Amino acid sequence: MSLLEARDISIAFGGLRALDSVGFAVDPGEVLAIIGPNGAGKTTLFNIVTGLYRAQAGEVRLDGREVTGLPPHALAARGLARTFQNLQIFFRMSALENVMVGRHLKERRRLWAELLGLPSVLRENRESRERARDLLAFVGLAERAEEAAAALPYGALKRLEIARALACEPKVLMLDEPAAGCNPVETEEIDRLIVAIARRGVAVVLVEHDMKLVMRISDRVLVLDQGRVLAEGTPQQVRSDPRVIEAYLGRRGLETAHAA
Amino acid sequence: MASGTRTKLLVLGALPLVLLLVPLLFPSPFHLRVAALVWINAVAALGLALLMGLAGQVSLGHAGFMGIGAYATALGPKHLGLDPLASMGLGLLAAGVLAFLVGRPILRLKGHYLAVATLGLGILVHLVLVSEVPVTGGPDGIQVPRLELLGWRVAGPATWYWITGIVLLLAAWLALNLEDSSTGRALRALHDSEVAASVVGVDVARHKLVVFVMAAVYAALAGGLFALFNRFVTPEVAGFLRSIELVTMVVIGGMGSIPGAVVGAALLTVLPQALTLFHEYEHAVLGLLIILFMVFLRQGIVPGIAGLLTRRRAA
Repeated sequence: MSLLEARDISIAFGGLRALDSVGFAVDPGEVLAIIGPNGAGKTTLFNIVTGLYRAQAGEVRLDGREVTGLPPHALAARGLARTFQNLQIFFRMSALENVMVGRHLKERRRLWAELLGLPSVLRENRESRERARDLLAFVGLAERAEEAAAALPYGALKRLEIARALACEPKVLMLDEPAAGCNPVETEEIDRLIVAIARRGVAVVLVEHDMKLVMRISDRVLVLDQGRVLAEGTPQQVRSDPRVIEAYLGRRGLETAHAA
Repeated sequence: MASGTRTKLLVLGALPLVLLLVPLLFPSPFHLRVAALVWINAVAALGLALLMGLAGQVSLGHAGFMGIGAYATALGPKHLGLDPLASMGLGLLAAGVLAFLVGRPILRLKGHYLAVATLGLGILVHLVLVSEVPVTGGPDGIQVPRLELLGWRVAGPATWYWITGIVLLLAAWLALNLEDSSTGRALRALHDSEVAASVVGVDVARHKLVVFVMAAVYAALAGGLFALFNRFVTPEVAGFLRSIELVTMVVIGGMGSIPGAVVGAALLTVLPQALTLFHEYEHAVLGLLIILFMVFLRQGIVPGIAGLLTRRRAA
């Protein structure tokens, strides 16, 4: 049984079938990329699996237990973390504090102790701060820890979101277009980061448009088109699949993929 | 945050200093009465600052909770034969329970809708206080018995100055501790992005409810203190204008700032007294001053001045 498994997920918005019986599975340490043209249903699938939308049919299993329809915070408690295509940063906080929020579930919260500022609370703050510093170092933002998140450039914010998600110590990390809007240098950094995360045994699921990145780091690729699974397999299998070439990559896309 | 501990030390150092200095500079009973009112209003504004500044949720009916605290303190001795202090305790409990029950459904609303829902709550409390004449005394208000603690008759502006000042100090200490804790971080996080807070495990609905209840209890505490101090309450304590005043205190002092709530409360309590020399133009001048503050210190007085200082130091 896989760590995260989505089966027969379907959802319609109005009359439009956004997803029609779509599924995937991912194991610890594996990188699964979900690709497809705009409107294929990638982000919708993401939002269903992470509890932001509710599927009309199908089920999601995480670590052997059914988690279909659980709210996001309950999924986080079971080891699922994610980032967002359009950044969701806590802009009023420092970079460090953003990551500290990711430690939420690791912190014991007793309101009375917090109000009284008991030593146990201060100790926990210190632990969270240290852990957050480690993670900022891991994503290459150690020097910017104390800066206001609002002052960081776009590429740094992308990595900040990854650090925050990692602070949850997830079993599954879902990255929605982690390299969108990044320049080639930043993309390469994120690429290295994802590989390092997977090597730690985290299952990584990503939606990505950057074909080079997908082909380079994915163990398996799932291709969606108009809400259905078009193909699934290793990057090599997918890029030589004629249906994929026709529907998604096209001639020029195919050349780019080969160039990678 | 690193600056959080600094703010904490600054406030907990500065506030006692102010508490000690005021009676030396302004020893007249009148001034001490005004100062006690400032501390009382500051307690209510602090609670609202947690709700609005920290968690980003609006309440336009917060005086309603102040009214519950004030009237519980007045009515407990009259109708139930309770000690005024015990009645006040019941008032805090009642405000907390009401906030819990009402908060659940209305905190799902956002922005304008939440504002209108809380507005309705405040108006409802005010309406009950005005119309239940046999119980509340209606629009004419009601007398509050003098507080006695172990035979000590608590009276006089100086005594109340110190009682309210120390309560404010404690309330500020609790609020500052909360700001720099896991719950505080979760509240600040959901202010910026509820969806991002929830995917890292923050139970957004629960946290909003917790801070709403806290803000309600702070307001009820302020209401109870006011009743004991003033020895007379009218439904105006829960009126719409009072709610707006509380919001103005928080905004003008600086939304995200706990010292800001105290400064805002001081300004809005002292200014109307100081402006009486403008006679009928008093309200116009007050309004004008508020507009000027908002234009020139948009983030509020405390964050605005702090920003100016750091910029000067950097330059």
